[in-house]
Amino acid sequence: MTQKLVIIGAGMAAGRVLDHLTDAQENGSGADWDVTLFNAEPRGTYNRIMLSPVLSGDKTYGDIVTHDDDWYSAKGVDTRFGVKVTEIDRVAKIIRGDDGREVSYDKLVFATGSNPFIIPMPGHDLDGVIAYRDLEDTQEMMSLTAGQKAVVIGGGLLGLEAAAGMAARGVEVTVVHLMGHLMERQLDEPAGYLLRKALVDKGITVKCSANSKEITGENGKVKALMLDDGTELPCDLLVMAVGIRPNTGLAADIGLACGRGIHVDDQLGTSDQNIFAIGECVEHNGDIFGLVAPIFDQAKVLAKVLQGEDAEFVNREVSTKLKVTGCDLFSAGDFAEGDDRDDIVFRDPARGVYKRLVLQDNKIIGAVMYGDTADGSWFYGMIKDGTDVSDMRDTLIFGPAYQGGSSSDPLSAVAALPDEAEICGCNGICKGEIVKAINDGATDLGAIRATTKASASCGTCSGLVEQVLAVTLGDEFVVPTEAPMCGCTDLTHEDVRRLIKSQELKSMPAVMQELGWKTSCGCHVCRPPLNYYLLADWPLEYSDDPQSRFINERKHANIQKDGTYSVVPRMFGGMTTPDELRAIADAADKYSVPTVHVTGGQRIDLLGVKGADLPAIWKDLNDAGMVSGHAYAKGLRTVKTCVGKDHCRFGTQDSTGLGIQLEKALWGSWAPHKVKLAVSGCPRNCSEATCKDIGVVCVDSGYQIGVAGAAGMDVKETERLADVATEQEVLDMTIAFMQLYRENAKYLDRAYKWVAKVGLDWVKEQVVENEDERNALIERFKISQSVYQKDPWAEEIAKEADQYEPIANLTLEAAE
Amino acid sequence: MTNWIDIGPLEAVRKRGARIIKAPGRDLAVFRTIDDDVFALVNACPYRDGPLSEGIVHGRMVTDPLYNWVISLETGLAQGADEGSVETFPVKVENGRILLDLETVAQRSAA
Repeated sequence: MTQKLVIIGAGMAAGRVLDHLTDAQENGSGADWDVTLFNAEPRGTYNRIMLSPVLSGDKTYGDIVTHDDDWYSAKGVDTRFGVKVTEIDRVAKIIRGDDGREVSYDKLVFATGSNPFIIPMPGHDLDGVIAYRDLEDTQEMMSLTAGQKAVVIGGGLLGLEAAAGMAARGVEVTVVHLMGHLMERQLDEPAGYLLRKALVDKGITVKCSANSKEITGENGKVKALMLDDGTELPCDLLVMAVGIRPNTGLAADIGLACGRGIHVDDQLGTSDQNIFAIGECVEHNGDIFGLVAPIFDQAKVLAKVLQGEDAEFVNREVSTKLKVTGCDLFSAGDFAEGDDRDDIVFRDPARGVYKRLVLQDNKIIGAVMYGDTADGSWFYGMIKDGTDVSDMRDTLIFGPAYQGGSSSDPLSAVAALPDEAEICGCNGICKGEIVKAINDGATDLGAIRATTKASASCGTCSGLVEQVLAVTLGDEFVVPTEAPMCGCTDLTHEDVRRLIKSQELKSMPAVMQELGWKTSCGCHVCRPPLNYYLLADWPLEYSDDPQSRFINERKHANIQKDGTYSVVPRMFGGMTTPDELRAIADAADKYSVPTVHVTGGQRIDLLGVKGADLPAIWKDLNDAGMVSGHAYAKGLRTVKTCVGKDHCRFGTQDSTGLGIQLEKALWGSWAPHKVKLAVSGCPRNCSEATCKDIGVVCVDSGYQIGVAGAAGMDVKETERLADVATEQEVLDMTIAFMQLYRENAKYLDRAYKWVAKVGLDWVKEQVVENEDERNALIERFKISQSVYQKDPWAEEIAKEADQYEPIANLTLEAAE
Repeated sequence: MTNWIDIGPLEAVRKRGARIIKAPGRDLAVFRTIDDDVFALVNACPYRDGPLSEGIVHGRMVTDPLYNWVISLETGLAQGADEGSVETFPVKVENGRILLDLETVAQRSAA
């Protein structure tokens, strides 16, 4: 007996169900169905996945149609395209469309798909703000011409396809992504970095960790996207590709059980025994679906159920193998880190290849691959089968075709550098010139220095030059062993600093990928120095990562051994006022500060402040006009002064005023280690300027600037950098020295250790003798200060105050 | 028996960060890794009670902010040459909310 089947939605899921049903009927098996198909889009079924090639111009709409009108009429399907279903009577089993026509059903299938999620920010309803979902959206993107601008919100698969498709048409595209790296659901950070790099190479601008604030318009049409940091991105079209929501509206209206999607059981049945649902609109055991593989599985199961056969849908774990704009990606399984898990990481910086396998109990449980995904299905098979890989661990990462290879070469990062990679920054010597010198007979560091000058100046690239020697000479050269940064790399601090500059590595994933890091996200030993090197070298491009800082710099206070903190407001040049002292005294009372101590750097330390009280005490001190003293920072601490000629009968210059000027110029700057200054008004040196990182002694004729002093684990007198006549020259020399130290020293080397390595003569050449270089250093310092000279206390109060509070208080609940 | 209680949204804890949970007698800390896994431990390093919530989180480990002991977030065991362990508590994320087993917290604080 013929029964009536009605399907709402003619997308890929419905198309596949009809394929199975009509096949079965042609084979003469199962029930006989009279099918009516509703579709809100005024057309039949096409392959939505292939909209991207249509956008980029590789295919036409005709190429991607899977079921056209002819197909449906040949199969006897009654199609109602362009008709919206307005009413369903579950008792009478009748459906009515917005064309007023009714149709009755014995079984009904919801295949209503999903709706793109539109962020309800101001301006989302302007003309030219679209999603990326159907042919209309695609055509709107295709209507842009070369030179026009588009912004895509969303760095997932769909957003990137839209961006790449438009970029291929010459459109200037910017992708704005909320998360820290692209496609964070499918890719780990290193793979996300490589993908970003590939997109940037195609001319697409990518902004990660970017929060959209509002869309501005003109005459009802989109004009620009505003980010919450104030950036304005002008655009002619704005595409929101931030995700999809199962389309449950109609199902919920008629009282079917819905959660995020329409609830279905293993037979795709809903809470009404005559109604089924399939595809992106359903929720099955808490899962919702966006990939085509499980949806096609559902179609197969539903067709069998409708034919009266036994079948059940099981959501299998899927691997994702994707090609985003020509970049191969693969991910499968669980790729989180864990200490019961081992990572096997393979990086080939020159080819842009990254592969990571996550092993647990000698079985692969996750895989992420970028650039070369040929072995993806082999690894995926082993994840599914739980294959024991102990016997092939050594060569596993090389894939099925490569068993028994040699172990990887620690020098591969240097070997992979192109000939034009700069090795010696001081003298502008590239790898190719060094290789040529080696081939011409220079076989040790001394000979290289003599023939090319590479590493002959500041010397920080010596390690790299030796590695180039080792790579070029092979066994004939033994690299003197110098300690690498940490277990994550074989490179030394100096190597890493040099390569960050010469290879223009501007993010932590960039450093780790291009320099072949052995772990996926570093460790507590390498992350703080990398964070410093990146922010010092790329102040405008890199954004500081608080999670890669030690506690004191993350909480802007010094942690004490009992877990409380000490708080030190800044007193420029050691000067204070009765009002400031009263505010400090009030704060000490209010927050029950047990210890108040005057520091050696001429300011007042409030010790024993509770972590949760930090934002409040800072607020009080801010309100009294004080800022953080950075007493916790690897950066500028204090400028200690004596009272100078205004009061002292021996004073020769305004030492206090000069100290204040210096502190006002330098405060807020991060450095490889702490930096302390002092200015003394006469050679009696009451402010102890001759054992500081930078110390100025005033004399009748002007100022003596000393550097590289210390009074810590080592006690060392400063060495004379220069004698100058004016305060301006003191400021210039000091800032230039600070910047040279910031740009070149190894993390945790105080200035005196660094000067001992590079030599005072080299420092003088840069800072004193070469005026152009001095001015360039000052300019770069100013650029850095434009970003970093800010009061961290005020910032924390404004943005992060809740982080200082407990997330929850269970003292009452748990006691009950 | 378990009694999962909601202690807040996942976003309340930074990636590679931690937040304190006040509990009877002592503080706990809930950690979030770069891959959005969460762990709950007593907020005290076995060596001199360093507040682990303030340490650097890397992989599934945290480094004690006072003396650089490295503690496994999964097992609570000190890594490397150091010996000691920190109590861990059942915690999970569902629908973007962090859930902690109050039963275990209550039992251990009563004991």
